[in-house]
Amino acid sequence: MILGIDTSLGTAVAAIARDGEVLADEQSANPLGHAEVIGDLLRRAATAAPAPSHVAIGMGPGPFTGLRVGIATARAYALGRGIPVVPVPSHDGVALGVLLADALTGADTPRFAVVTDARRREFAYSVYDGLDDDGLPVRIADAALSPRDDLDARLAEAGAVRYDATSVSAAMIALVAARALDAGRTLAEAEPLYLRSPDVVAAHAPKRVS
Amino acid sequence: MVLMDAPLVLGIETSCDETGIGIVRGRQLLSNTIASSMDEHARYGGVVPEVAARAHLEALQPSIDAALAEAGVALSDIDAVAVTSGPGLAGALMVGVGAAKGLAVALDKPLYAVNHLVGHIAADILDADAGELEYPTVALLVSGGHTSLLLVRDLTSDVELLGETMDDAAGEAFDKVARLLKLPYPGGPEIDRAAADGDPTAIRFPRGLSRASDMASHRYDFSFSGLKTAVARWVEQHEAAGEPVPVADVAASFREAVVDVLVTKALDACERFGVPRLLLGGGVIANKRLRDVALERAAAAGVAVRIPPLRLCTDNGAMIAALAAELIASGCRPSTLAFGADSTLPVTEIQVAEDPDATAPGAALGPTAVRVST
Ligand SMILES: [Zn+2]
Repeated sequence: MILGIDTSLGTAVAAIARDGEVLADEQSANPLGHAEVIGDLLRRAATAAPAPSHVAIGMGPGPFTGLRVGIATARAYALGRGIPVVPVPSHDGVALGVLLADALTGADTPRFAVVTDARRREFAYSVYDGLDDDGLPVRIADAALSPRDDLDARLAEAGAVRYDATSVSAAMIALVAARALDAGRTLAEAEPLYLRSPDVVAAHAPKRVS
Repeated sequence: MVLMDAPLVLGIETSCDETGIGIVRGRQLLSNTIASSMDEHARYGGVVPEVAARAHLEALQPSIDAALAEAGVALSDIDAVAVTSGPGLAGALMVGVGAAKGLAVALDKPLYAVNHLVGHIAADILDADAGELEYPTVALLVSGGHTSLLLVRDLTSDVELLGETMDDAAGEAFDKVARLLKLPYPGGPEIDRAAADGDPTAIRFPRGLSRASDMASHRYDFSFSGLKTAVARWVEQHEAAGEPVPVADVAASFREAVVDVLVTKALDACERFGVPRLLLGGGVIANKRLRDVALERAAAAGVAVRIPPLRLCTDNGAMIAALAAELIASGCRPSTLAFGADSTLPVTEIQVAEDPDATAPGAALGPTAVRVST
Protein backbone atom coordinates (compact mmCIF):
# COMPACT_ATOMS: atom_id res chain seq x y z
CA MET A 1 0.00 0.00 0.00
CA ILE A 2 1.15 3.49 -0.83
CA LEU A 3 -0.23 6.66 0.68
CA GLY A 4 -0.21 9.69 -1.61
CA ILE A 5 -0.37 13.32 -0.48
CA ASP A 6 -0.44 16.42 -2.67
CA THR A 7 -1.22 20.01 -1.71
CA SER A 8 0.15 21.76 -4.76
CA LEU A 9 -3.36 22.49 -6.03
CA GLY A 10 -6.04 21.94 -3.40
CA THR A 11 -5.55 19.24 -0.81
CA ALA A 12 -5.59 15.55 -1.73
CA VAL A 13 -4.77 12.38 0.18
CA ALA A 14 -5.19 8.89 -1.29
CA ALA A 15 -4.11 5.33 -0.73
CA ILE A 16 -3.54 2.68 -3.36
CA ALA A 17 -2.61 -0.98 -3.30
CA ARG A 18 0.73 -1.75 -4.90
CA ASP A 19 -1.09 -3.00 -8.02
CA GLY A 20 -2.79 0.36 -8.43
CA GLU A 21 -6.17 -0.36 -6.88
CA VAL A 22 -7.46 2.82 -5.25
CA LEU A 23 -8.31 2.18 -1.59
CA ALA A 24 -9.05 5.75 -0.57
CA ASP A 25 -9.28 9.03 -2.45
CA GLU A 26 -9.89 12.04 -0.23
CA GLN A 27 -9.82 15.61 -1.40
CA SER A 28 -10.89 19.10 -0.57
CA ALA A 29 -12.05 21.34 -3.38
CA ASN A 30 -11.08 24.42 -1.38
CA PRO A 31 -7.92 25.76 -3.02
CA LEU A 32 -6.91 27.22 0.36
CA GLY A 33 -7.25 25.92 3.89
CA HIS A 34 -4.72 23.10 3.41
CA ALA A 35 -3.66 23.04 7.05
CA GLU A 36 -7.27 22.92 8.25
CA VAL A 37 -8.35 19.91 6.20
CA ILE A 38 -5.29 17.74 5.77
CA GLY A 39 -5.53 16.01 9.15
CA ASP A 40 -9.02 14.65 8.62
CA LEU A 41 -8.30 13.66 5.00
CA LEU A 42 -5.17 11.86 6.14
CA ARG A 43 -6.93 10.05 8.96
CA ARG A 44 -9.67 8.79 6.61
CA ALA A 45 -7.16 7.59 4.02
CA ALA A 46 -4.96 6.03 6.69
CA THR A 47 -7.95 4.16 8.10
CA ALA A 48 -8.63 2.65 4.66
CA ALA A 49 -4.96 1.76 4.26
CA PRO A 50 -3.65 1.12 7.76
CA ALA A 51 -0.23 -0.26 6.84
CA PRO A 52 1.29 1.70 3.95
CA SER A 53 4.82 0.80 2.89
CA HIS A 54 5.63 4.25 1.48
CA VAL A 55 4.37 7.82 1.46
CA ALA A 56 4.36 9.46 -1.98
CA ILE A 57 4.58 13.26 -1.82
CA GLY A 58 3.69 15.72 -4.55
CA MET A 59 6.66 18.10 -4.43
CA GLY A 60 5.06 20.83 -6.55
CA PRO A 61 5.32 23.16 -8.27
CA GLY A 62 2.52 25.02 -6.55
CA PRO A 63 1.83 28.00 -4.30
CA PHE A 64 4.48 27.64 -1.60
CA THR A 65 2.44 28.01 1.55
CA GLY A 66 -0.04 25.28 0.66
CA LEU A 67 2.58 23.05 -0.95
CA ARG A 68 4.61 22.97 2.25
CA VAL A 69 1.64 21.79 4.32
CA GLY A 70 1.39 18.55 2.37
CA ILE A 71 5.13 17.95 2.40
CA ALA A 72 5.38 18.62 6.15
CA THR A 73 2.42 16.36 6.87
CA ALA A 74 3.67 13.57 4.61
CA ARG A 75 7.18 13.61 6.02
CA ALA A 76 5.94 13.59 9.60
CA TYR A 77 3.47 10.79 8.88
CA ALA A 78 6.25 8.72 7.30
CA LEU A 79 8.52 9.46 10.26
CA GLY A 80 5.80 8.40 12.68
CA ARG A 81 5.20 5.15 10.79
CA GLY A 82 8.89 4.51 10.18
CA ILE A 83 8.42 4.23 6.41
CA PRO A 84 10.19 6.01 3.53
CA VAL A 85 8.89 8.91 1.48
CA VAL A 86 8.86 8.95 -2.31
CA PRO A 87 9.03 12.47 -3.76
CA VAL A 88 7.07 12.89 -7.00
CA PRO A 89 6.80 15.96 -9.24
CA SER A 90 3.13 16.94 -8.97
CA HIS A 91 2.87 17.45 -12.73
CA ASP A 92 3.91 13.80 -13.24
CA GLY A 93 0.74 12.77 -11.40
CA VAL A 94 -1.41 14.95 -13.65
CA ALA A 95 0.37 13.64 -16.74
CA LEU A 96 -0.14 10.00 -15.76
CA GLY A 97 -3.85 10.70 -15.28
CA VAL A 98 -4.11 12.24 -18.75
CA LEU A 99 -2.21 9.38 -20.39
CA LEU A 100 -4.16 6.64 -18.61
CA ALA A 101 -7.50 8.26 -19.47
CA ASP A 102 -6.53 8.40 -23.14
CA ALA A 103 -5.22 4.82 -23.04
CA LEU A 104 -8.61 3.64 -21.77
CA THR A 105 -10.40 5.21 -24.73
CA GLY A 106 -7.69 4.20 -27.16
CA ALA A 107 -6.95 7.83 -27.96
CA ASP A 108 -3.49 8.80 -29.12
CA THR A 109 -2.13 11.44 -26.74
CA PRO A 110 -0.13 14.13 -28.49
CA ARG A 111 2.87 15.74 -26.80
CA PHE A 112 1.37 17.94 -24.08
CA ALA A 113 2.20 20.35 -21.32
CA VAL A 114 0.72 20.20 -17.83
CA VAL A 115 0.05 23.80 -16.86
CA THR A 116 -0.70 25.08 -13.35
CA ASP A 117 -1.07 28.53 -11.89
CA ALA A 118 2.13 29.86 -10.33
CA ARG A 119 0.72 33.22 -9.14
CA ARG A 120 2.38 36.54 -9.99
CA ARG A 121 1.16 36.36 -13.59
CA GLU A 122 3.11 33.21 -14.27
CA PHE A 123 2.30 29.62 -15.10
CA ALA A 124 4.31 26.55 -14.15
CA TYR A 125 4.49 23.94 -16.89
CA SER A 126 6.14 20.61 -17.65
CA VAL A 127 6.14 18.91 -21.07
CA TYR A 128 5.33 15.20 -21.51
CA ASP A 129 5.32 12.79 -24.41
CA GLY A 130 3.74 9.38 -23.85
CA LEU A 131 4.50 6.59 -21.39
CA ASP A 132 7.79 4.75 -21.16
CA ASP A 133 8.33 1.02 -20.59
CA ASP A 134 8.00 1.53 -16.83
CA GLY A 135 4.54 2.97 -17.34
CA LEU A 136 5.74 6.43 -16.32
CA PRO A 137 5.07 9.65 -18.24
CA VAL A 138 8.04 10.70 -20.36
CA ARG A 139 8.91 14.15 -19.07
CA ILE A 140 10.81 15.91 -21.82
CA ALA A 141 10.96 19.30 -20.08
CA ASP A 142 11.10 19.67 -16.30
CA ALA A 143 8.79 22.11 -14.54
CA ALA A 144 9.55 25.72 -15.41
CA LEU A 145 7.89 29.11 -15.07
CA SER A 146 6.54 31.19 -17.92
CA PRO A 147 4.89 34.62 -17.99
CA ARG A 148 1.21 33.97 -18.67
CA ASP A 149 1.24 35.83 -21.96
CA ASP A 150 4.25 33.93 -23.27
CA LEU A 151 3.11 30.41 -22.47
CA ASP A 152 1.22 29.61 -25.67
CA ALA A 153 4.14 30.71 -27.82
CA ARG A 154 6.52 28.59 -25.79
CA LEU A 155 4.28 25.54 -26.04
CA ALA A 156 3.89 26.03 -29.80
CA GLU A 157 7.65 26.08 -30.08
CA ALA A 158 7.85 22.87 -28.03
CA GLY A 159 5.13 21.31 -30.19
CA ALA A 160 3.02 20.62 -27.11
CA VAL A 161 -0.71 21.03 -26.63
CA ARG A 162 -1.78 22.72 -23.47
CA TYR A 163 -3.43 20.87 -20.58
CA ASP A 164 -4.53 23.19 -17.79
CA ALA A 165 -4.75 21.19 -14.56
CA THR A 166 -7.41 22.18 -12.06
CA SER A 167 -6.55 19.50 -9.52
CA VAL A 168 -3.86 16.97 -8.75
CA SER A 169 -4.95 13.43 -7.91
CA ALA A 170 -3.15 12.02 -4.89
CA ALA A 171 -3.98 8.54 -6.19
CA MET A 172 -2.03 9.35 -9.37
CA ILE A 173 0.87 10.68 -7.26
CA ALA A 174 0.84 7.35 -5.41
CA LEU A 175 0.63 5.41 -8.68
CA VAL A 176 3.59 7.30 -10.15
CA ALA A 177 5.49 6.43 -6.96
CA ALA A 178 4.50 2.76 -7.21
CA ARG A 179 5.74 2.54 -10.78
CA ALA A 180 8.94 4.43 -9.94
CA LEU A 181 9.58 2.03 -7.04
CA ASP A 182 8.97 -0.97 -9.29
CA ALA A 183 11.48 0.43 -11.76
CA GLY A 184 13.97 1.46 -9.08
CA ARG A 185 13.86 5.06 -10.25
CA THR A 186 13.92 8.40 -8.42
CA LEU A 187 11.77 11.07 -10.05
CA ALA A 188 12.29 14.12 -7.88
CA GLU A 189 14.66 15.62 -5.35
CA ALA A 190 13.69 15.51 -1.69
CA GLU A 191 13.11 19.28 -1.61
CA PRO A 192 10.04 21.19 -2.87
CA LEU A 193 9.94 22.37 -6.49
CA TYR A 194 9.73 26.06 -5.59
CA LEU A 195 11.09 27.27 -8.98
CA ARG A 196 11.44 30.71 -7.44
CA SER A 197 13.69 32.24 -4.80
CA PRO A 198 12.08 33.92 -1.79
CA ASP A 199 10.98 37.30 -3.05
CA VAL A 200 12.96 39.58 -0.82
CA VAL A 201 15.38 42.41 -1.22
CA ALA A 202 18.34 43.06 1.02
CA ALA A 203 17.82 45.71 3.68
CA HIS A 204 18.14 49.22 2.36
CA ALA A 205 19.17 52.28 4.34
CA PRO A 206 16.41 53.45 6.69
CA LYS A 207 14.09 56.13 5.29
CA ARG A 208 14.61 59.67 6.53
CA VAL A 209 11.96 60.91 8.95
CA SER A 210 12.75 64.62 8.99
CA MET B 1 -0.38 2.34 32.42
CA VAL B 2 0.98 5.77 31.86
CA LEU B 3 0.15 8.25 34.56
CA MET B 4 -1.30 11.19 32.72
CA ASP B 5 -0.20 13.73 35.26
CA ALA B 6 3.23 13.23 33.71
CA PRO B 7 2.49 12.59 30.02
CA LEU B 8 5.33 12.32 27.54
CA VAL B 9 4.62 15.14 25.07
CA LEU B 10 6.42 16.21 21.91
CA GLY B 11 5.89 19.89 21.11
CA ILE B 12 6.36 21.60 17.74
CA GLU B 13 6.88 25.36 17.50
CA THR B 14 7.27 27.17 14.15
CA SER B 15 5.64 30.56 14.69
CA CYS B 16 8.62 32.71 13.71
CA ASP B 17 12.23 31.94 12.81
CA GLU B 18 13.00 29.16 15.31
CA THR B 19 12.10 25.57 14.57
CA GLY B 20 11.58 24.26 18.07
CA ILE B 21 11.06 20.63 19.05
CA GLY B 22 10.61 19.99 22.73
CA ILE B 23 10.00 16.82 24.66
CA VAL B 24 8.73 16.87 28.23
CA ARG B 25 7.50 14.30 30.71
CA GLY B 26 4.98 16.29 32.68
CA ARG B 27 7.05 19.14 34.09
CA GLN B 28 10.36 17.47 33.38
CA LEU B 29 12.30 18.82 30.41
CA LEU B 30 13.84 16.04 28.32
CA SER B 31 14.84 17.98 25.21
CA ASN B 32 14.71 21.55 23.97
CA THR B 33 15.98 21.34 20.39
CA ILE B 34 16.06 24.58 18.41
CA ALA B 35 17.13 25.20 14.81
CA SER B 36 17.18 28.91 14.00
CA SER B 37 17.08 30.53 10.57
CA MET B 38 18.19 33.85 12.07
CA ASP B 39 21.40 33.98 10.06
CA GLU B 40 19.43 33.70 6.83
CA HIS B 41 17.42 36.79 7.77
CA ALA B 42 20.40 38.91 8.80
CA ARG B 43 21.03 40.41 5.37
CA TYR B 44 17.38 41.47 5.12
CA GLY B 45 17.41 43.21 8.49
CA GLY B 46 14.39 41.31 9.78
CA VAL B 47 12.55 38.00 9.60
CA VAL B 48 11.41 37.23 6.04
CA PRO B 49 8.31 35.00 6.29
CA GLU B 50 9.01 32.94 3.16
CA VAL B 51 12.63 32.35 4.18
CA ALA B 52 11.47 31.30 7.65
CA ALA B 53 8.82 28.93 6.29
CA ARG B 54 11.28 27.22 3.94
CA ALA B 55 13.76 26.83 6.77
CA HIS B 56 11.12 25.24 9.03
CA LEU B 57 10.31 22.60 6.43
CA GLU B 58 14.01 21.74 6.09
CA ALA B 59 14.72 21.72 9.81
CA LEU B 60 11.69 19.85 11.12
CA GLN B 61 12.64 16.25 10.59
CA PRO B 62 16.30 16.56 11.68
CA SER B 63 15.13 18.49 14.74
CA ILE B 64 12.58 15.82 15.69
CA ASP B 65 15.27 13.15 15.29
CA ALA B 66 17.71 15.17 17.42
CA ALA B 67 15.12 15.81 20.13
CA LEU B 68 14.18 12.12 20.37
CA ALA B 69 17.83 11.14 20.58
CA GLU B 70 18.52 13.70 23.31
CA ALA B 71 15.44 12.70 25.28
CA GLY B 72 16.27 9.02 24.87
CA VAL B 73 12.73 8.16 23.83
CA ALA B 74 11.14 6.70 20.69
CA LEU B 75 8.20 8.21 18.84
CA SER B 76 6.15 5.19 19.87
CA ASP B 77 6.63 6.21 23.52
CA ILE B 78 4.97 9.61 23.00
CA ASP B 79 1.61 10.12 24.74
CA ALA B 80 0.60 13.26 22.88
CA VAL B 81 1.72 15.73 20.22
CA ALA B 82 1.48 19.49 20.76
CA VAL B 83 1.78 22.31 18.27
CA THR B 84 1.60 26.09 18.13
CA SER B 85 -1.54 27.16 16.26
CA GLY B 86 -0.83 30.87 16.68
CA PRO B 87 -0.18 33.71 16.95
CA GLY B 88 2.74 34.09 14.54
CA LEU B 89 3.62 34.06 10.85
CA ALA B 90 0.86 32.15 9.04
CA GLY B 91 3.04 30.37 6.49
CA ALA B 92 5.55 29.38 9.14
CA LEU B 93 2.86 28.16 11.55
CA MET B 94 1.31 25.99 8.83
CA VAL B 95 4.48 23.94 8.45
CA GLY B 96 4.34 22.98 12.11
CA VAL B 97 0.58 22.36 12.02
CA GLY B 98 0.96 20.03 9.03
CA ALA B 99 3.81 18.13 10.66
CA ALA B 100 1.96 17.81 13.98
CA LYS B 101 -1.12 16.40 12.27
CA GLY B 102 0.95 13.94 10.25
CA LEU B 103 2.70 12.76 13.39
CA ALA B 104 -0.46 12.52 15.50
CA VAL B 105 -2.31 10.50 12.85
CA ALA B 106 0.69 8.22 12.27
CA LEU B 107 1.09 7.52 16.00
CA ASP B 108 -2.67 7.55 16.65
CA LYS B 109 -2.06 9.88 19.60
CA PRO B 110 -3.97 12.95 20.81
CA LEU B 111 -3.00 16.32 19.39
CA TYR B 112 -3.08 19.56 21.38
CA ALA B 113 -3.10 22.83 19.40
CA VAL B 114 -2.04 25.61 21.73
CA ASN B 115 -1.35 29.32 22.04
CA HIS B 116 2.23 30.45 21.55
CA LEU B 117 2.01 33.30 24.08
CA VAL B 118 0.63 31.07 26.81
CA GLY B 119 3.45 28.69 25.91
CA HIS B 120 5.92 31.38 26.94
CA ILE B 121 4.33 31.38 30.39
CA ALA B 122 4.41 27.57 30.51
CA ALA B 123 8.18 27.70 29.97
CA ASP B 124 8.43 28.72 33.61
CA ILE B 125 7.11 25.44 34.97
CA LEU B 126 9.97 23.54 33.32
CA ASP B 127 12.42 25.35 35.57
CA ALA B 128 13.20 22.59 38.06
CA ASP B 129 15.02 25.01 40.36
CA ALA B 130 12.13 27.44 40.70
CA GLY B 131 9.33 26.84 43.13
CA GLU B 132 5.73 26.28 42.10
CA LEU B 133 4.28 29.02 39.88
CA GLU B 134 1.79 30.94 42.03
CA TYR B 135 -1.41 32.54 40.78
CA PRO B 136 -2.41 35.08 39.90
CA THR B 137 0.72 36.48 38.28
CA VAL B 138 1.34 39.31 35.87
CA ALA B 139 3.36 38.18 32.85
CA LEU B 140 5.38 40.42 30.56
CA LEU B 141 6.26 38.73 27.26
CA VAL B 142 8.75 40.58 25.09
CA SER B 143 10.25 39.35 21.84
CA GLY B 144 10.84 40.30 18.21
CA GLY B 145 7.28 39.28 17.42
CA HIS B 146 5.25 40.32 20.45
CA THR B 147 5.07 42.61 23.45
CA SER B 148 2.22 41.60 25.74
CA LEU B 149 1.21 42.19 29.32
CA LEU B 150 -0.97 39.43 30.74
CA LEU B 151 -2.78 38.62 33.94
CA VAL B 152 -2.52 34.88 34.48
CA ARG B 153 -5.00 33.40 36.93
CA ASP B 154 -4.50 29.85 35.70
CA LEU B 155 -2.15 28.68 32.98
CA THR B 156 -4.62 26.21 31.51
CA SER B 157 -7.88 28.08 31.90
CA ASP B 158 -7.63 31.79 32.62
CA VAL B 159 -5.22 34.16 30.91
CA GLU B 160 -6.30 37.77 30.40
CA LEU B 161 -4.70 40.21 27.99
CA LEU B 162 -4.05 43.50 29.80
CA GLY B 163 -2.26 45.18 26.92
CA GLU B 164 -0.03 44.67 23.93
CA THR B 165 1.95 46.67 21.43
CA MET B 166 -0.06 48.82 19.05
CA ASP B 167 2.70 48.80 16.42
CA ASP B 168 6.22 47.32 16.61
CA ALA B 169 7.22 44.61 19.05
CA ALA B 170 10.01 45.67 21.41
CA GLY B 171 12.47 43.34 19.69
CA GLU B 172 11.56 44.86 16.34
CA ALA B 173 12.27 48.32 17.73
CA PHE B 174 15.75 47.12 18.72
CA ASP B 175 16.29 45.81 15.18
CA LYS B 176 15.12 49.04 13.55
CA VAL B 177 17.14 51.34 15.80
CA ALA B 178 20.19 49.13 15.29
CA ARG B 179 19.83 49.74 11.55
CA LEU B 180 19.55 53.48 12.15
CA LEU B 181 22.83 53.27 14.05
CA LYS B 182 24.34 51.12 11.26
CA LEU B 183 24.60 48.11 13.56
CA PRO B 184 23.94 44.55 12.31
CA TYR B 185 20.90 42.31 12.82
CA PRO B 186 19.65 41.13 15.26
CA GLY B 187 19.60 44.50 16.97
CA GLY B 188 19.16 43.48 20.62
CA PRO B 189 22.67 42.24 21.40
CA GLU B 190 24.20 44.93 19.15
CA ILE B 191 22.40 47.77 20.92
CA ASP B 192 23.44 46.22 24.22
CA ARG B 193 27.08 46.12 23.17
CA ALA B 194 26.98 49.69 21.88
CA ALA B 195 25.18 50.88 25.02
CA ALA B 196 27.77 49.42 27.38
CA ASP B 197 29.77 52.65 27.54
CA GLY B 198 26.81 54.97 27.01
CA ASP B 199 24.90 57.21 29.37
CA PRO B 200 21.27 56.05 29.60
CA THR B 201 20.22 59.53 30.76
CA ALA B 202 22.04 61.40 27.97
CA ILE B 203 18.94 61.80 25.80
CA ARG B 204 15.36 61.75 27.04
CA PHE B 205 13.55 59.73 24.38
CA PRO B 206 9.74 59.45 24.63
CA ARG B 207 7.98 56.69 26.57
CA GLY B 208 5.12 55.56 24.32
CA LEU B 209 1.53 55.56 25.64
CA SER B 210 2.69 56.79 29.05
CA ARG B 211 0.99 60.17 29.26
CA ALA B 212 -1.86 60.76 31.69
CA SER B 213 -4.20 60.94 28.71
CA ASP B 214 -3.16 57.43 27.64
CA MET B 215 -4.07 55.87 30.97
CA ALA B 216 -7.78 55.60 30.25
CA SER B 217 -7.65 53.36 27.19
CA HIS B 218 -3.99 52.32 26.76
CA ARG B 219 -2.69 51.99 30.29
CA TYR B 220 -1.11 48.59 29.59
CA ASP B 221 -0.53 48.95 25.85
CA PHE B 222 2.82 49.68 24.27
CA SER B 223 3.96 51.70 21.27
CA PHE B 224 7.51 51.76 20.00
CA SER B 225 7.21 53.30 16.54
CA GLY B 226 7.20 56.85 17.93
CA LEU B 227 10.34 56.06 19.90
CA LYS B 228 12.04 54.71 16.78
CA THR B 229 11.09 57.87 14.88
CA ALA B 230 12.38 60.06 17.69
CA VAL B 231 15.73 58.27 17.60
CA ALA B 232 15.86 58.62 13.81
CA ARG B 233 15.12 62.34 14.03
CA TRP B 234 17.71 62.89 16.72
CA VAL B 235 20.37 61.09 14.67
CA GLU B 236 19.46 62.96 11.47
CA GLN B 237 19.62 66.32 13.21
CA HIS B 238 23.11 65.57 14.51
CA GLU B 239 24.27 64.35 11.12
CA ALA B 240 22.78 67.45 9.42
CA ALA B 241 24.64 69.67 11.87
CA GLY B 242 27.84 67.85 11.00
CA GLU B 243 28.21 66.56 14.53
CA PRO B 244 29.36 63.00 15.23
CA VAL B 245 26.56 60.74 16.50
CA PRO B 246 27.36 59.50 20.02
CA VAL B 247 26.25 55.93 19.25
CA ALA B 248 26.84 54.67 22.79
CA ASP B 249 24.67 57.38 24.34
CA VAL B 250 21.92 57.00 21.73
CA ALA B 251 21.89 53.21 22.18
CA ALA B 252 21.87 53.44 25.99
CA SER B 253 19.18 56.14 26.02
CA PHE B 254 17.00 54.23 23.55
CA ARG B 255 17.35 51.01 25.49
CA GLU B 256 16.51 52.85 28.69
CA ALA B 257 13.32 54.22 27.16
CA VAL B 258 12.22 50.71 26.12
CA VAL B 259 13.16 49.12 29.43
CA ASP B 260 11.57 51.93 31.43
CA VAL B 261 8.21 51.70 29.71
CA LEU B 262 8.14 47.88 29.88
CA VAL B 263 8.99 47.71 33.58
CA THR B 264 6.83 50.69 34.56
CA LYS B 265 3.72 49.26 32.95
CA ALA B 266 4.34 45.75 34.27
CA LEU B 267 4.77 46.97 37.85
CA ASP B 268 1.78 49.30 37.46
CA ALA B 269 -0.28 46.22 36.57
CA CYS B 270 1.07 44.35 39.59
CA GLU B 271 0.05 47.23 41.84
CA ARG B 272 -3.37 47.84 40.34
CA PHE B 273 -4.38 44.19 40.45
CA GLY B 274 -2.75 43.62 43.81
CA VAL B 275 -0.51 40.89 42.39
CA PRO B 276 2.98 40.80 43.90
CA ARG B 277 4.30 38.45 41.23
CA LEU B 278 5.78 39.19 37.80
CA LEU B 279 6.83 36.58 35.27
CA LEU B 280 9.11 37.62 32.41
CA GLY B 281 9.28 35.75 29.11
CA GLY B 282 10.22 36.08 25.44
CA GLY B 283 13.57 36.44 23.70
CA VAL B 284 14.12 40.09 24.67
CA ILE B 285 14.41 38.96 28.30
CA ALA B 286 17.94 38.01 27.25
CA ASN B 287 18.60 41.75 27.53
CA LYS B 288 20.49 42.10 30.79
CA ARG B 289 19.54 45.73 31.33
CA LEU B 290 15.85 44.78 31.15
CA ARG B 291 16.35 42.01 33.69
CA ASP B 292 18.40 44.21 36.01
CA VAL B 293 15.96 47.12 35.98
CA ALA B 294 12.98 44.78 36.40
CA LEU B 295 14.59 43.01 39.37
CA GLU B 296 15.68 46.25 41.02
CA ARG B 297 12.39 48.09 40.68
CA ALA B 298 10.29 45.02 41.45
CA ALA B 299 12.25 44.48 44.65
CA ALA B 300 11.55 48.08 45.64
CA ALA B 301 7.85 47.52 44.92
CA GLY B 302 7.74 44.24 46.82
CA VAL B 303 7.09 42.22 43.67
CA ALA B 304 8.71 38.81 43.20
CA VAL B 305 10.13 38.31 39.70
CA ARG B 306 10.38 34.95 37.95
CA ILE B 307 12.58 34.54 34.90
CA PRO B 308 12.75 31.14 33.20
CA PRO B 309 16.19 30.01 32.00
CA LEU B 310 17.01 32.05 28.90
CA ARG B 311 17.05 29.04 26.56
CA LEU B 312 13.38 28.58 27.52
CA CYS B 313 12.59 32.30 27.05
CA THR B 314 13.28 32.36 23.32
CA ASP B 315 10.76 30.57 21.11
CA ASN B 316 10.97 26.83 21.66
CA GLY B 317 8.99 23.61 21.43
CA ALA B 318 9.50 22.61 25.05
CA MET B 319 7.18 25.35 26.27
CA ILE B 320 4.53 24.15 23.80
CA ALA B 321 4.91 20.58 25.05
CA ALA B 322 4.83 21.81 28.65
CA LEU B 323 1.59 23.70 28.11
CA ALA B 324 -0.01 20.62 26.54
CA ALA B 325 1.19 18.47 29.43
CA GLU B 326 -0.50 20.87 31.85
CA LEU B 327 -3.69 20.81 29.76
CA ILE B 328 -3.66 17.01 29.88
CA ALA B 329 -3.05 16.99 33.62
CA SER B 330 -6.01 19.38 33.96
CA GLY B 331 -8.26 16.95 32.14
CA CYS B 332 -8.54 18.92 28.89
CA ARG B 333 -9.60 16.95 25.84
CA PRO B 334 -7.37 16.92 22.76
CA SER B 335 -7.95 19.20 19.77
CA THR B 336 -9.79 18.04 16.67
CA LEU B 337 -7.75 17.70 13.47
CA ALA B 338 -9.70 20.57 11.90
CA PHE B 339 -7.76 23.60 13.12
CA GLY B 340 -5.40 25.73 11.09
CA ALA B 341 -2.79 28.39 11.70
CA ASP B 342 -4.19 31.52 13.32
CA SER B 343 -1.72 34.37 12.99
CA THR B 344 -3.72 36.60 15.35
CA LEU B 345 -4.89 34.00 17.88
CA PRO B 346 -5.95 35.88 21.04
CA VAL B 347 -4.15 34.95 24.23
CA THR B 348 -7.44 34.03 25.87
CA GLU B 349 -7.61 30.99 23.58
CA ILE B 350 -5.14 28.81 25.44
CA GLN B 351 -6.08 25.70 23.48
CA VAL B 352 -7.56 25.66 19.98
CA ALA B 353 -10.35 23.36 18.73
CA GLU B 354 -10.82 21.24 21.86
CA ASP B 355 -12.81 18.23 20.69
CA PRO B 356 -16.10 17.87 22.61
CA ASP B 357 -16.41 14.24 21.51
CA ALA B 358 -12.96 13.11 22.54
CA THR B 359 -11.99 11.65 25.88
CA ALA B 360 -9.25 13.31 27.85
CA PRO B 361 -6.08 11.19 28.10
CA GLY B 362 -6.07 11.71 31.85
CA ALA B 363 -9.76 10.87 32.24
CA ALA B 364 -9.08 7.40 33.62
CA LEU B 365 -7.38 9.03 36.57
CA GLY B 366 -10.49 10.96 37.46
CA PRO B 367 -10.06 13.31 40.37
CA THR B 368 -6.46 12.32 40.94
CA ALA B 369 -5.37 14.19 37.80
CA VAL B 370 -3.21 17.03 39.01
CA ARG B 371 -4.37 20.56 38.40
CA VAL B 372 -1.91 23.35 38.00
CA SER B 373 -3.39 25.58 40.62
CA THR B 374 -4.99 24.65 43.86
ZN1 LIG C 1 7.50 34.04 21.13
